[in-house]
Amino acid sequence: MQLRIAIAALGLAGLVGTAQAQDADPHLARNLAATCANCHGTNGNAQKGMASLAGESAEKIMKKLADFRSGDAPATIMHQIVKGYTEEQLALISEWFAAQK
Amino acid sequence: MINRRDFIKAIGIAAGGTTLTGLSGLANAAGSTAKGHIVVVGGGFGGATVAKYLRMWSQGSVDVTLIERNTRFVSCPISNLVIGGLQQMDDITVSYDNLRENWGVKVITDEVTALDPDKRMVTTARHGTLGYDRVVLSPGIDFIPGAVAGLDGNEELVPHAWKAGPQTALLRKQLEDMPDGGVFALTIPRAPYRCPPGPYERACLVANYLRDTKPKSKVLVLDANDEIQSKKGLFTKAFESYGALLEYVPGSKLEGVDAASRKARLEFDEIKADVLNVIPPMRAGNIAAQAGLPLINERWVDVEWLSMEAKGVPGVHVIGDAIFPAPTMPKSGHMANQHGKLVAAAILNLLEGKAPNAAPVLMNTCYSFVDDKNVIHVASVHQYNAEKQQPLPVEGAGGVSAAANELEGKFAMGWARNIWADMLA
Repeated sequence: MQLRIAIAALGLAGLVGTAQAQDADPHLARNLAATCANCHGTNGNAQKGMASLAGESAEKIMKKLADFRSGDAPATIMHQIVKGYTEEQLALISEWFAAQK
Repeated sequence: MINRRDFIKAIGIAAGGTTLTGLSGLANAAGSTAKGHIVVVGGGFGGATVAKYLRMWSQGSVDVTLIERNTRFVSCPISNLVIGGLQQMDDITVSYDNLRENWGVKVITDEVTALDPDKRMVTTARHGTLGYDRVVLSPGIDFIPGAVAGLDGNEELVPHAWKAGPQTALLRKQLEDMPDGGVFALTIPRAPYRCPPGPYERACLVANYLRDTKPKSKVLVLDANDEIQSKKGLFTKAFESYGALLEYVPGSKLEGVDAASRKARLEFDEIKADVLNVIPPMRAGNIAAQAGLPLINERWVDVEWLSMEAKGVPGVHVIGDAIFPAPTMPKSGHMANQHGKLVAAAILNLLEGKAPNAAPVLMNTCYSFVDDKNVIHVASVHQYNAEKQQPLPVEGAGGVSAAANELEGKFAMGWARNIWADMLA
């Protein structure tokens, strides 16, 4: 019994990566948005010289990202970065920043 | 169906009894309500980020101790501007006070002398031993002793300035003292090394300074690699713009130095310099080997990418320049910051008995100055590939600047302000 529980627990804990690993992490949006924070500030609150994203509407952020992707918005670097994320990931990121203060 | 208690108990049994539960028990006995105690070793781009994000994302419910040997953070990115006379040491120096005051991180100025993964204890030089539930090592790099004959112990005469701090100021001073007509020789080790574009940026900024002040001088770039390792086309153009002031010599393997006379001995040549800046061959920070962590090529720590634990060493997470990188992943401060967030999220999940995020993304941006105003970048995005069990660069994403430009000079400084704040504010 003990051993069985141990094995089940190990599986859950992801040490061998089973059931849970296939479900999206509950913090996925937060984690994805954090990849932007190096330039756009912790939780999207940027320091001088970069665009703040906290509290912007998700639609507005998604539109801007789409324009970077298509080349409609001028960019030095964002047109290259945006192509590294899926549309689903960008939607999660946009919604997460929209919910920040 | 098992409840949380059975689960934690089971993990304890499965882990051989050394344990999360045991140590949380101790922490609770000491009166803390924390969900766990995380020790972070090294307060650079990786470690400072982990410390802040663990506190922020756990809303203060996880105790974090950061052990860092320096009292203040000095940034390697932008330090080439100090060497080139465009910024001051104060501009690249940040206090750890905000980590303490804003985030409740316990910052200890000390050095870790030993790590016992079985007992889950770190030993420090002056603060005794500390127990942990999980430890994050972000030790950066150390130079390989004996790799360059005559170099060890002579870093005052032959500075590396590849760890920002007194070495940065020293190299700046030597460059200022160099007479017009002097030779500034910079040697680059075989890849992989910390900051792939860094040496080439340094060469440009030294040449930029000399062009204005000592135009008869020369920058000699002695690269052990067969070609420029990052932003090749853009750096090639930048080098050309300096004409006879800058000479790039690929395939120049440094074998030894005579520190007193500042001579560099190469495989087929000997160079006499006025300032000799040797970036020595490097490996993961010494604590990695001391702790018996698995190393690839005897240099870089082999990690599991979803948790960033050293392979086969549960509870010991390693990030930043010290790890064996995934394909095309650079050893950069930006990437170390991204590792820091990945590992903070993973640890918080693990403390709750959940699997780490199975689909992490990491990205890198790196700006390099080619003169006092114009900048070039390289960027990449890395998505976790479950089959290969490591992050892989997304094809068609990322890239470099079309050309050096002043707008990115402004973004480069904006990047620095934002990443320093993301780690330390």
